[in-house]
Amino acid sequence: MDAEALRLSFTLAALTTAALLVLGLPVAAWLAVSRWRWKPLVEAVVALPLVLPPTVLGFYLLVAMGPMSPFGRAWIAAFGRPLAFSFEGLLLASVIYSLPFAVQPFAAALSAVDPRLVEASHTLGVSRLATFFRVSLPIAAPGVVAGSVLTFAHALGEFGVVLMVGGNIPGETRTLSIAIFDSVEQLDYATASRTALFLLAVSFTVLVVTYALRRRPVLG
Amino acid sequence: MTARISAEVHRSFPGGAGIRAVLDEPLAPGQVLVLFGPSGSGKTTVLRAVAGLDRPDAGAISFDGETWFDAASGVFVSPQRRRAGFLFQDFALFPHLSVEENVAYGLGRLSREERKGRVLEASRLLRVEPLLGRRISMLSGGERQRVALARALAPRPRLLLLDEPLSALDGPTREELRGELRALLHHLGIPSILVTHDRVEALALGDRLAVLVDGVVRQSGPVEEVFGAPADTAVARVVGTENVLPVRVAGSEGGLVVVEAGPIRLLAVDPGHLPAEAFACIRAEEVILEAAPGTASSARNHLRGVVTSMVNEGPLVRVTLDCGVRLVALVTRPGAEQLGLAPGLPVAALLKAQAVRLVPRS
Repeated sequence: MDAEALRLSFTLAALTTAALLVLGLPVAAWLAVSRWRWKPLVEAVVALPLVLPPTVLGFYLLVAMGPMSPFGRAWIAAFGRPLAFSFEGLLLASVIYSLPFAVQPFAAALSAVDPRLVEASHTLGVSRLATFFRVSLPIAAPGVVAGSVLTFAHALGEFGVVLMVGGNIPGETRTLSIAIFDSVEQLDYATASRTALFLLAVSFTVLVVTYALRRRPVLG
Repeated sequence: MTARISAEVHRSFPGGAGIRAVLDEPLAPGQVLVLFGPSGSGKTTVLRAVAGLDRPDAGAISFDGETWFDAASGVFVSPQRRRAGFLFQDFALFPHLSVEENVAYGLGRLSREERKGRVLEASRLLRVEPLLGRRISMLSGGERQRVALARALAPRPRLLLLDEPLSALDGPTREELRGELRALLHHLGIPSILVTHDRVEALALGDRLAVLVDGVVRQSGPVEEVFGAPADTAVARVVGTENVLPVRVAGSEGGLVVVEAGPIRLLAVDPGHLPAEAFACIRAEEVILEAAPGTASSARNHLRGVVTSMVNEGPLVRVTLDCGVRLVALVTRPGAEQLGLAPGLPVAALLKAQAVRLVPRS
């Protein structure tokens, strides 16, 4: 098995999960309480990666990151190298592609928190932000953990978007799933099978853990 | 130092009747203002607006000279800064925290020692000290209520708001806690506003009463006044056709309690655990009128009085008497005609002891 690809995939998955905890929780918290009339629009955008072919999403991301787009040009001006076919670009793509896997379970868990508890906290003089960390988040913790685990597993095995945006550069963008594809193309079925089996085991374990967490009743 | 609560709460609901409640009541320390009305009358909406949990569509709210909400000038003080304790109907205790952490929850700004002191103070007051180490799921309904009160009181609020505080409890616990709650609220030294749809609860806990019907405050004033003299038929329907007399327990006689309501004495069945002060509630339907004091009867209470007014209510007549206290009787039209009832006529009112229901007051 390609150790470099393994390390890269785990780094990518871990950073994607971390980024989605930071970015996804506020979005989820907003989705959980908002009664804005255009909210379905936001929900649809978040869910888009679930139904869009990875190649479509990857294509748009590639175009957006390329030197022809203002964003791509700004990136090159700021960091001196293009975003496309780099690890950073891969991470960005992975975060966007994994968005629904994090935000949807987060939002479901947060909207299950009894609004009375949040109100009780407010009447006790605790700010909205502090209430989120002291009441909503701890109570929604099982759902947030489940969402994170799911995101991690999903980012670990992602293939289509990675191929479109990242290509196949060892140590930079060559992830486990790309490595499997490579092995098969080279007719090295033994390596492909080892890597595939490994990913299968990881994914299975992750799902078992996720469902076990979901079954556990909320603390109380 | 009597504070004042002024609230004008306008809210409209999609597809439903709106709320336009106007309230302006004195709130002395330890006194309880009851918002009373049937479900859907808007009392909880008013309470939540006072707490700052909901923002009314229009109107204004001020407490103790401080503006908390004013739609005209766009003022809205957040619930965090109103310092109004709120007791939720289902208590809303934090399930992921222990009893102690719940009680200490609102004390974040204080030092460790101060926090500890406040937790002890509040938990002693509510007798939840032995429960401090427990999880919320291990508490009974009555214990939850006391913990929720301790949590609301620990930050020393200026005003306590209670939304149907006894409705989540089962029958016997409710009876028991009603008396306790009244003693506590009076002892606190801060005013309270309490929402209930339960007549006995309103009588037992309230000092002043505001009656809400269909989103409008129809009458407000001292409890016995509102119950005893409903301003209109809508209020009368809500408070029930009851005579409510403030009484003092004067002794006992033949297994019955003797109570005094001003100049009159009444015999009543002892409800048990009766403090010195109570309300005697007598349904107008249960007052029997007699033309002249006559023969002996099984009714224990015979009151002499004079008819002061009569109002026809379909087949019934609402007769108001002056027996030294004001007493309302609901009699049939033929019955009234047979007695020749007319204002100024002296009559006797007969009451069975078991028709005099006592609601403890202290």
